[in-house]
Amino acid sequence: MNQIVVSGFGGQGVLSLGLLLSYTAMKENRNTSFLPSYGPEMRGGTANCSVVISEKEVASPVISRPDILVAFNEPSLARFLPAVAEGGRVFVDADTTDERYTSLANVTAVPLGRLCGAYHKGQNIAMFGAVLLCTGMRYESGEEAVRQTFARKPQFLEDNLRCLQAGYAWAQKAGL
Amino acid sequence: MDKIVFRKPKLLNDTPFHYCPGCTHGIVHRLIAEALENLGEYDNVVGIAPVGCAVFAYNYFRCDMFQAAHGRAPSVATGIKRATPENTVFVYQGDGDLASIGMAEIVHAATRGENITVIFINNGIYGMTGGQMAPTTLQGQKTTTSPAGRDPLEHGNPIKICELLATLTGPAYIARTSVHDVRSVKATRDALEYGFAMQKNKRGFSLIEILSTCPTNFHMTPAQSLAYVKDVGCKAYPLGVYKDIGLQAEEKKA
Amino acid sequence: MKKLWKGNEAVAEAAIAAGCRCFFGYPITPQNEIPEYMSWRLKEVGGHFVQAESEVSAINMVYGAAGAGARAMTSSSSPGVSLKQEGISYIAGAEVPCVVMNMMRAGPGLGGIQPGQSDYFQATKGGGHGDYRLLVYAPASVQEAADLTYKAFFRADYYRNPVMILGDGMLGQMMEPAEIPAAIDPAALPAKPWAAGGRNGGVQRVINSIFMNPDTLEEHNRELTRKYEDMAKNEVLFEHYRTQDAQVVLVAYGIVARICKAAVDALRAEGIKAGLFRPITLFPFAYGELAKLGNGAAQKFVSVELSCGQLIEDVKLGLYDCEKRPQVGIFARVGGNVMKPEDVVAYVKEGRLSASWIK
Repeated sequence: MNQIVVSGFGGQGVLSLGLLLSYTAMKENRNTSFLPSYGPEMRGGTANCSVVISEKEVASPVISRPDILVAFNEPSLARFLPAVAEGGRVFVDADTTDERYTSLANVTAVPLGRLCGAYHKGQNIAMFGAVLLCTGMRYESGEEAVRQTFARKPQFLEDNLRCLQAGYAWAQKAGL
Repeated sequence: MDKIVFRKPKLLNDTPFHYCPGCTHGIVHRLIAEALENLGEYDNVVGIAPVGCAVFAYNYFRCDMFQAAHGRAPSVATGIKRATPENTVFVYQGDGDLASIGMAEIVHAATRGENITVIFINNGIYGMTGGQMAPTTLQGQKTTTSPAGRDPLEHGNPIKICELLATLTGPAYIARTSVHDVRSVKATRDALEYGFAMQKNKRGFSLIEILSTCPTNFHMTPAQSLAYVKDVGCKAYPLGVYKDIGLQAEEKKA
Repeated sequence: MKKLWKGNEAVAEAAIAAGCRCFFGYPITPQNEIPEYMSWRLKEVGGHFVQAESEVSAINMVYGAAGAGARAMTSSSSPGVSLKQEGISYIAGAEVPCVVMNMMRAGPGLGGIQPGQSDYFQATKGGGHGDYRLLVYAPASVQEAADLTYKAFFRADYYRNPVMILGDGMLGQMMEPAEIPAAIDPAALPAKPWAAGGRNGGVQRVINSIFMNPDTLEEHNRELTRKYEDMAKNEVLFEHYRTQDAQVVLVAYGIVARICKAAVDALRAEGIKAGLFRPITLFPFAYGELAKLGNGAAQKFVSVELSCGQLIEDVKLGLYDCEKRPQVGIFARVGGNVMKPEDVVAYVKEGRLSASWIK
């Protein structure tokens, strides 16, 4: 079972990343729940979501201790880092996260800028690629989820698939 | 040989009206039934009774009827009309019901152009609850909650519904009539028939405001009440057509 | 086929599957996806959607459409549902079937927009004026929300009574894989001879709730009570989770029950015999089933709720006659906060059952 919290500023693709995880879980025939934060904080403020992926029926969609935390900004780290389960993994953006966090043993700093190049919008997809590997779900299922997400915006598909591949490959190389 | 020269319209049953002597509700009920009959509407009519003296209107009509909460009849009618557009739907409301507690519902039904017909009974007073001030009570008029007469500074001003609703784009037909004499009664029936024809032609929202009496709470005889409506009521609330988009799409009137 | 559905959209689609063709609503967070979905989806199936000028108006549109024979629904969240109470009372009094959706948020007053369960009393004990009850379903997952919404229309028609789906902001906003029940054709549903939908063949039908004669109204009240007693006999739904040998029983409904399920697993892993009793219908409430637990192994009951002590009253009522007099306590978070499984675990492990949620 994975209990994943994704958090960051509104507009960083926090909720889409969480949704991609749930879509992928469905394609893997696993049980899943996607619980977004809602309300005015989604507009410009912070956004977060909780995703549970489980072989069994999902009990609580509310997560006490995430085993994966994806934090796109420092307020998210301040809020959720203390709750991360023992042995859990924290994903951050290498370029924008302070060293006092990136130096922590359980923190994985993904070089999103380098992986995505000029296509900044794909950073959450690259992050999804890295997290995907960590969940043990198949790459093909993740790719299918991305294809489904961009079904109505085909002009963005190729760039995003490239970011997905880059994030996944980086995580493989990093030995995650 | 005897010849029938006068009979009840088909939509009314034989229950005697319970209204006070001189009250004009009974006249209007009959006019509604006549107007619908003249248009050939009988089996596909649904009416909505208000809160107030006409709360039991369903006892007199043969058509299917709803009893609505105070002020909410236009919303109930909206639900009925949307669910069963083949029905002719009429709403019967008094001045407290329509112009006070139900102001939001009537304005929005009108502005949506909801294809229903509203019969608005304006007698300037709350009848059933015992003669309290209504939103349409005239300046200076004494009621049980304005015992010294309605003072605009203290109680606000009377609301003119036809004038107000006629400013909206939605309504198809807005008219004010009276039932204080034979001529005005006939004019009211014509207006009702026209309003129902609007609905039949799917032209949208129609409202006929009818100046009415309440002898009991006016503390007048029936004859005095009718004279009061004629001399005072019709001056404060001028009769006439306030909006008419025509019975046909190509027609354009007032 | 299973799809990833947002709670609010799943209940909307389930309503359409059940033959709902009239929806009247007004925007309020956190249920806006329901009217938004209905606004385009009903058009596809030849139904009717009206965004009313207020919740007061919307519920009266439901009264009209449902009274004319259509399957009709409205949805809102707590403050909006308060506004609907007048209409719900009329609808119950006039014995018109309909479905009302409440995706609860925290109160009182304008309160907040985050999840709450503080409309429990309002939903289960009447809500508006006069003696009436709603059949109240409290789904705990997106799938169950869809299933119960579908079922609600059939039970509403059967009893000629409003049915309420009592969810919360979290259930409305969350997404889970779910399958919408197979759609029926509303035209194929049995006719409603009582409905005032015109073409009455000379026999007038009246939809009303006014009975001026005290004896007539008393008889009407008797009929209504009979109906509510039938519901209590035939409609009670609940779920047991590891209660068989449980010494501590958590009682929770809706999404909170899911949180408690995780807490039960965690407590069991530590050797504490915990279980969960989840009422699925809140009216009628599973008093009898709860009493069975109270007469069995369970010594402690904890009402876990997002309200300041509402569910606990029914828990106490259910256990009232138990000879062993089990202890009852409450664990609550309110204001839009939601407890985590570990919070429930900590409360149970502490072992002290508080009578008030602030102690």
